[in-house]
Order: sequence, then structure tokens, then C-alpha cells
Amino acid sequence: MALTAHDIQRTAKLARLGLTETETESTLEKLNAVLELIDHMQTVETEGVAPMSHPLDLTQTLRADAVTESNQREKLQAIAPAATDGLYLVPRVVE
Amino acid sequence: MYEAVIGLEVHVQLATESKMFSGSSTQFGQAPNTQASLIDLAMPGVLPTPNAKAFEMAVKFGLAIDAEIGRTSVFDRKNYFYPDLPKGYQISQFDAPIVGPGHVIIQLEDGETKRINVTRAHLEEDAGKSIHDAFDGLTGVDLNRAGTPLLEIVSEPELASAKEAVAYLRVIHSLIRYLEISDGNMAEGSMRCDCNVSIRPKGSQALGTRTEIKNVNSFRFVEKAINSEINRQIEILEDGGRVIQETRLYDPDRDETRSMRSKEEANDYRYFPDPDLLPVVLDEAFIQACRDALPELPAARKVRYTETYGITDYDASVLVADRDIADYFAKVAEASGEGKLAANWVMGSVMAELNQQDVSITEFPVTASDLAQLIQRVSDQTLNSKTAKTVFEALLNREGSVDDIIQARGLVQVTDTGAIEAIVDEVIAENPDQVANYRQATEDKRGKMLGFFVGQVMKKSQGKANPQAVNQILASKLSD
Repeated sequence: MALTAHDIQRTAKLARLGLTETETESTLEKLNAVLELIDHMQTVETEGVAPMSHPLDLTQTLRADAVTESNQREKLQAIAPAATDGLYLVPRVVE
Repeated sequence: MYEAVIGLEVHVQLATESKMFSGSSTQFGQAPNTQASLIDLAMPGVLPTPNAKAFEMAVKFGLAIDAEIGRTSVFDRKNYFYPDLPKGYQISQFDAPIVGPGHVIIQLEDGETKRINVTRAHLEEDAGKSIHDAFDGLTGVDLNRAGTPLLEIVSEPELASAKEAVAYLRVIHSLIRYLEISDGNMAEGSMRCDCNVSIRPKGSQALGTRTEIKNVNSFRFVEKAINSEINRQIEILEDGGRVIQETRLYDPDRDETRSMRSKEEANDYRYFPDPDLLPVVLDEAFIQACRDALPELPAARKVRYTETYGITDYDASVLVADRDIADYFAKVAEASGEGKLAANWVMGSVMAELNQQDVSITEFPVTASDLAQLIQRVSDQTLNSKTAKTVFEALLNREGSVDDIIQARGLVQVTDTGAIEAIVDEVIAENPDQVANYRQATEDKRGKMLGFFVGQVMKKSQGKANPQAVNQILASKLSD
């Protein structure tokens, strides 16, 4: 399965990336190369092999439900581009 | 004729102390961003660690709806951009949720029950809050809520009306409160509901195009939003148009839904397994511990109440819906020994007062033992229904114990027939015209006319005369 320039533009838009025409072209080539590799991998016989959701064959450790973080707002907001009245500020988003 | 096909996605905030993937507090109503840590803010290099308690709560819910529990569940990334979602993705579960197919039983208005299948329930994290109207040209972001554990419960599209949707939502609400996994407070957003609504010609098997009404925040609005959306879709089809798949918002002031944004592109969330998190494997011991910790659930309690207190199925289902009210009723019924009267009082005066004052039963001024005492005073005929109401109102004003109020207000019912006869004689003497009319009337008309005399006697006795005795004495004296 090969991607088209349209697929690249659409994916870039979803990822909020602005690609020039040249960048779209080179990205298309790179991604198609990845898909070729995947096509190749698809030929491997995997009947009876359970899919893994993670490359490590380990299971997740859970943590106990306890509050371990304290209020760091002053420090964190000092490195934010804009904050007022304790709120982080971003360009207006309209729903 | 059209029929509606409705499915609900219910988001329940789990009542954990800390967040789904960080040790930040989940307390509601704190100053903005004081509970948003490096992890919640998605600073580079931080790693999420799942909260065991959230799994415990999700498993309990799964067991309560007879669902398959996901022994191995996997976290995925749901990708979208919004300022209150710092990572640019929400950690959720896609292919392998913690709770698989299950079901609940809802009670319909005609007394019938209906099984509603639950497709799945999965763990995820809540987003923060955006404040759009406080700053000129800017949006303020509060991330205290970001990362709060959510259980998203997805129903099959098996609800056929707004009423059924509300009944289903009430069952879910009742369950999460019994399980103590959430406070279920819709006004504070601890429980939120997205409604998927479509219509189709009655009898048709094919599904119509659905719309999704986002974030409806009260039972009443769920009913109104669905009804208004059904009507909107019917109008479109009647006019020869077609329904567009989209997300809509309900505006309670105008009682209508309006388009939010087209979901065509936004809906492409490009889920993939979160490489920061390994599969969560729960062993039998974990699940058994959750099963052992399950409380008696509403359905079981309903059966027990009908058997123990001799109340009807319907009364029992109303009384057990809220765990605290169910406990209150049981205390009243036990202490008074009068199940049926206890049910009438709790479902009548008590619930009416709770609604009117908008308080929960745990803060209600009339305690269960007060109400039991009041009911006993009615059973032993110290009070009649009218004076009992007076005492109930005095209890609401915290005027003391039942017996103190009866004493202080001189409400002991007069059952002494001599005293009642004296009042009856007075009333007869004072109303010669009515007496003459009564005596001339035919038997079938007398019943109604007797009411006038009963009223006069009760008034003279300040409501304290025993009504049965008054009726008897009046009927016999008037027929002389």
C-alpha cells in the first residue's frame, strides 16, 4: 500500500505540521519506504503468535493511590510563556 | 413513524485520592493549577504510573454489571490537539479495555424491565478546563482536572427513548454510588454523559446517521436534549433532507441542540498503544479481592426490602436507588416496625422535602429514629395523619423530639368518645340548616355531606380528634 501526497497533507494537518511542497514530497518518499518495510514484515508467518502491545515482554507495575505531589505552581508558571491569576494563557480557542 | 436509537457514553470520575498516572491530588474546587504536577503538564522525560485503586474501582464496576474483566488491559494514545490536553493525546484504552461486555436492567414506566447491554468500560484520564470568556483574545487553562481518572462506560445503542436513556443513566448512577467509586455529582462534572442519537423508520433494521450530543450534565437535560434532537432529525427527514454525522451541544436555555464542529477529521484520533505503559495484567487474587469487597447491590437490596418490609416492587425500586436513602428507610422500617408506613413517609414527605431543600438525606434534619418515633405515634393513635404532618414540620425546624413536640403543642389525639360526642353535639346544635338538609338527603348523597360536619368537628378539636371516631359518632347522631 503506497501513500499519496494527499495522505501526507492530511496527516500533517492532523499533527498540526505545516509542510511545504518539497517537504511533502520527501516525507512521502520516506513514509512509503517505511510502509514497504511493513509490507515485507507482513509476509512473515505469524499464525498463533499473540500480538504484543509493547516491545518489552513485561507487565506494568501499579502505584498505590496516594498524593505524593505538592503544589509547584509558582515554579512551573515561571517557565510558562504566559500565566495570569494562576491560569496558563494560550491564544484564544473558540469552540 | 420513526423510532429512536440511542446509545450513551457515560464518563465517571473515579473517587481516588490521586490522579490516574501521577501523585497529584484530585480534590475538587482548589485554586487553579495547584494540583497540576510535571507529569500532568507533560514535561519532557516524565513517565506515567497507573493508579492501582482506579483499576480496583473499574473491576468492581465490571463485576457489578456481570461483565468480562480484562485480565490484560492495554493503554493507548488518543491523539488530538486542545490546550487543556497538555500531552497532545489522552491516555485511554482502545482494543483491550479493563471491562468487556456486560449488562444492566432498567425499569420502564409501565413496570416492565429491559436489559441494556454495556459494550465496554475503559479507564482514561480527564482533560483540564479551558476558560474562554475571562481574557481578551486569550484562553485560560486550569490543569487541576487533567489526569483525573475516568471510567468511560459505553452502552449498546439499545435505548429506544429519552426516558429509557434516563432510566439507564439512573441505574449507572445508582451503581457507582453503591460501589463508592464516584460521588456521581453531575453538577460538578463527576458524571457526564454523551448521547448518540439516530432515528429510523419504525420496524427498519438499518441504523440512521447518528449525531453525538456532548457533555450533558443533568438527568433532566439528558431527557430534554435527546427529545429535542429526535425532533430535529425527524424534521430534517420529513423535509427530505439528510442528517449529518456531527457533534452537537445542548443549549438548555433554548431547549435545542446546535452543531459544535464536524467530526469528520477531528474524529481521526490515530490510536496506538502507549509505549510509556506496559500491559496491565490482573491476577485472579486481585479480581477476587474486588469481588469480596462488593457491597449489596441495588437489585439484591430491592428483593430483600420487599421480603423483609412487605413493600411493593415499585416502592422498593424507588427506595433502593440511592444507597443513603435506602439505609435511612431501612432504619425507619426497623425501628418503627411499620414497613409500609415507613415507605409512604420516606417516598412522600421526606423525598419531597429533600428535593425542595436540595439537600441529601445525610444532612436531613429529621433523623431515621425521629421518623420511626413519629410513625409509632401514628400507629398507637396518639397522632392522626393531620397532627403527624404538624409534628413532621416541627421536626424539620428542629423543635425537639417527637414526644416533646406532641407535649409542647398539645397534639395528643382525642380518642375519648365522650369528649368527641360533646363536640359533635355542639356542631349539630350550631348548624341546624345543614342538619336538616342531611336528614332529608338520600343515602348516596349523605356520604359527601358528612364531610362538612367532620371538618367542623376536626376544626373545633384543633385537628386532634380521632377521625374514625368522629365519623362514627357523627353518622350515628345525625341519623337520629
